[in-house]
Amino acid sequence: MSLPNPASFVCPLPLRDYPHIVMGHGGGGQLSAELIEHLFLPAFGNTQLNRLGDSAVLASPPGRLAFSTDSFVVRPLFFPGGSIGELAVNGTVNDLAMSGARPLWLSAAFVLEEGLLLATLGAIVERMAAAARAAGVAIVTGDTKVVERGHGDGCYINTSGIGVVPDGAEIDSALARPGDVVLVSGYLGDHGMAIMSVREGLAFESATGSAPIESDCAALHTLVAAMLAAAPGGVHVLRDPTRGGAAATLNEIAASTALGIALNDDAIPVRPTVRAACEMLGLDPLYVANEGKLLAIVAPEAEQAVLGAMRVHPLGRDARRMGTVQAAPQGMVTVRTGLGATRIVPVPLGEQLPRIC
Amino acid sequence: MKYLDEFRDSAAARGLLKEIRRAVTRPWALMEVCGGQTHSILRHGIDQLLPEGVELIHGPGCPVCVTPLEMIDQALAIAARPEVIFCSFGDMLRVPGSHGDLFQVRSQGGDVRVVYSPLDAMQLAQTHPSRQVVFFAIGFETTAPANAMAVYLARQQGLQNFSMLVSHVLAPPAMEAILRAPGNRVQAFLAAGHVCSVMGYHQYHQLCENYRLPIVVTGFEPLDVLEGIRRAVLQLERGEACVENAYARVVTEAGNQVAQQRVEEVFEVTDRAWRGIGLIPQSGWRLREAYQHFDAALRFAVGDIRTQESPLCMAGKVLEGRIKPNECPAFSTACTPRKPLGATMVSSEGACAAYYLYGRLPHTAVLVPEPRP
Amino acid sequence: MCLAIPGQVLDVYEANGARMGRVDFGGITKEVCLTFVPEAMVGDYAIVHAGFALSRVDERSALESLATFRELGLIEEELGITQPSEETAGEADTP
Repeated sequence: MSLPNPASFVCPLPLRDYPHIVMGHGGGGQLSAELIEHLFLPAFGNTQLNRLGDSAVLASPPGRLAFSTDSFVVRPLFFPGGSIGELAVNGTVNDLAMSGARPLWLSAAFVLEEGLLLATLGAIVERMAAAARAAGVAIVTGDTKVVERGHGDGCYINTSGIGVVPDGAEIDSALARPGDVVLVSGYLGDHGMAIMSVREGLAFESATGSAPIESDCAALHTLVAAMLAAAPGGVHVLRDPTRGGAAATLNEIAASTALGIALNDDAIPVRPTVRAACEMLGLDPLYVANEGKLLAIVAPEAEQAVLGAMRVHPLGRDARRMGTVQAAPQGMVTVRTGLGATRIVPVPLGEQLPRIC
Repeated sequence: MKYLDEFRDSAAARGLLKEIRRAVTRPWALMEVCGGQTHSILRHGIDQLLPEGVELIHGPGCPVCVTPLEMIDQALAIAARPEVIFCSFGDMLRVPGSHGDLFQVRSQGGDVRVVYSPLDAMQLAQTHPSRQVVFFAIGFETTAPANAMAVYLARQQGLQNFSMLVSHVLAPPAMEAILRAPGNRVQAFLAAGHVCSVMGYHQYHQLCENYRLPIVVTGFEPLDVLEGIRRAVLQLERGEACVENAYARVVTEAGNQVAQQRVEEVFEVTDRAWRGIGLIPQSGWRLREAYQHFDAALRFAVGDIRTQESPLCMAGKVLEGRIKPNECPAFSTACTPRKPLGATMVSSEGACAAYYLYGRLPHTAVLVPEPRP
Repeated sequence: MCLAIPGQVLDVYEANGARMGRVDFGGITKEVCLTFVPEAMVGDYAIVHAGFALSRVDERSALESLATFRELGLIEEELGITQPSEETAGEADTP
């Protein structure tokens, strides 16, 4: 997939008069109204949003509600395999999905930097809308603010989401037991390395000049639904390993449950290109971010059913077991190396940095 | 990946381990010189699989860890200047100076960027003619050709806004310093394969002869490391002491002479302080006079920033294997990976950091070699 | 000290007074300075550190070492001491 071309976004009049975001677009006056009318509504439009009320009024469905929020900052705004637009939708959809919820509604709040090309915003919004349609969620309320030039990276997006958790779905770290298995839905590290591949000073490509690694950005709720249906009660914990990668997520689970998580180095799925890029930059794929993968802790007797359901879903084709939950060492994640030794997977301190040493 | 995957084969690794086990009749202490080897050893758990008698002492070969405190302080001072774009390898950003690290400089408005190669920094200088681009040129002999080439090209192109803060270190003087230290326990060296890819290994014959110890040029993949250990142990058991090359696919006796020439042209040998170890005579490189106008320490007049290392730090003794990290009074109190005093706590490969981290794992407690009486 | 990995030279050209080329590392490519390995030709493997090729990988000695190592590995397997761990069985098909 080639990078999107923001210039191809055809902006309906009269926004063309202002090719860039100006302070007035966040001022609540005519410019704000034009932005909503000509840019946001055509993309996101639905009966709730079209009312343009101060809040969306939603009929509460039966079941428990899941509610989550996330802010999205990414540079560059467009990267191989996605953009901040898809991230903003899928990120919150996935946060909801990890409690077993069916996502229903999103809010979208934009913080735009003065000077952002309107065409760029248009392209982001189009991609957001497409992601929302694909995920079957409605963006029902929103907000736009503009900050002075130099005070933001072009565009920040916050989305909050509400979903409904079906009866019987109990997903909670506290349910992890020694003997449970750790499943992963596919290859790790795609998103983080796709971003890395377009970073100034670190960039790399493929032999044909195209992007060698694409972000895995995707909405996981249908995969989750399939897993839960395949083994009612068998899925104990679900997490999407975003920032800090699988290492950070598994350490959180280990710490909160006081259980040990033992992985097997040979069973950690990493694409050859991601692995190669990690080798080159001295990074560990376990610490690289994902945006379309989940980790599941599953009762051993449910493993085959859950894996089977995952593998027939397009986002779980490469699902596999990569470790087990153990009683000890408490609160720690360890890896059995290919040579048969054991090494700790420590909690990452911060952003993973390319090494020369 | 070709030439990587084959050298991680676990069946062959078990074969090599068995050979080592078969060869060992008494305890031996080997030092792997290079931080990259230490990384590989910890990552693959090689030290856990070695027979009881074979102890690996992690050497001082991590350029990030040994960069002296005052050099970091000079870097922080330069990076904070508004006209400067300060470029560094990623792993230097978190190394603390006396007052914070490069990340903190960035948070306070400094323009600090991570690059993969010094040529990337040079390119930034070309594309930002109104800014001063400074590259933090740290590293062992392996990195010197790259840094020398960047300065060389900058001079050729008359690039006025590019300079380097140079903190180059040399492996052989550090190895000799370790052997000379009172109470030294190192009985054989696994020499750093990538340093030797540049410098060759002809310079080790003298060291080997003078101190009567085996030196085995060693690579970085598990099989390479195990082969280096196997050859060193065989020599020790036979009472031999010679220089061997266990990384022949990359290293030759003479090394890369084209690269050596470029380095020689740009750099000259100088005394250098090593973090946690102290001054080692003739153990570093600095820019030659003809290239001094590319010296960032001169350009930004930070050369007079002098910082003392913490007197509490016992990294030198740890490196020599004379004390265990947790026998240092500052260990895990005044000195932690987040607030390290010395080299060995700075990087996760350092002996103290590894001990801090892995010491928590009950059933594999001996990830850091235990000194033996 | 010194993360350096082997890659295959895809092409060679002059740029800004330096011998440069694109090098492939298992499917990703990077522009690398080849000035220090004048003997490295397209198709050769070289060890690359911080954007510079430092040494051409000598295929013959690589194969020799591997042959020795494999021999050791095979002897081991015949004795049946190998202990594949449970997760590896049938699952370690990382391409």
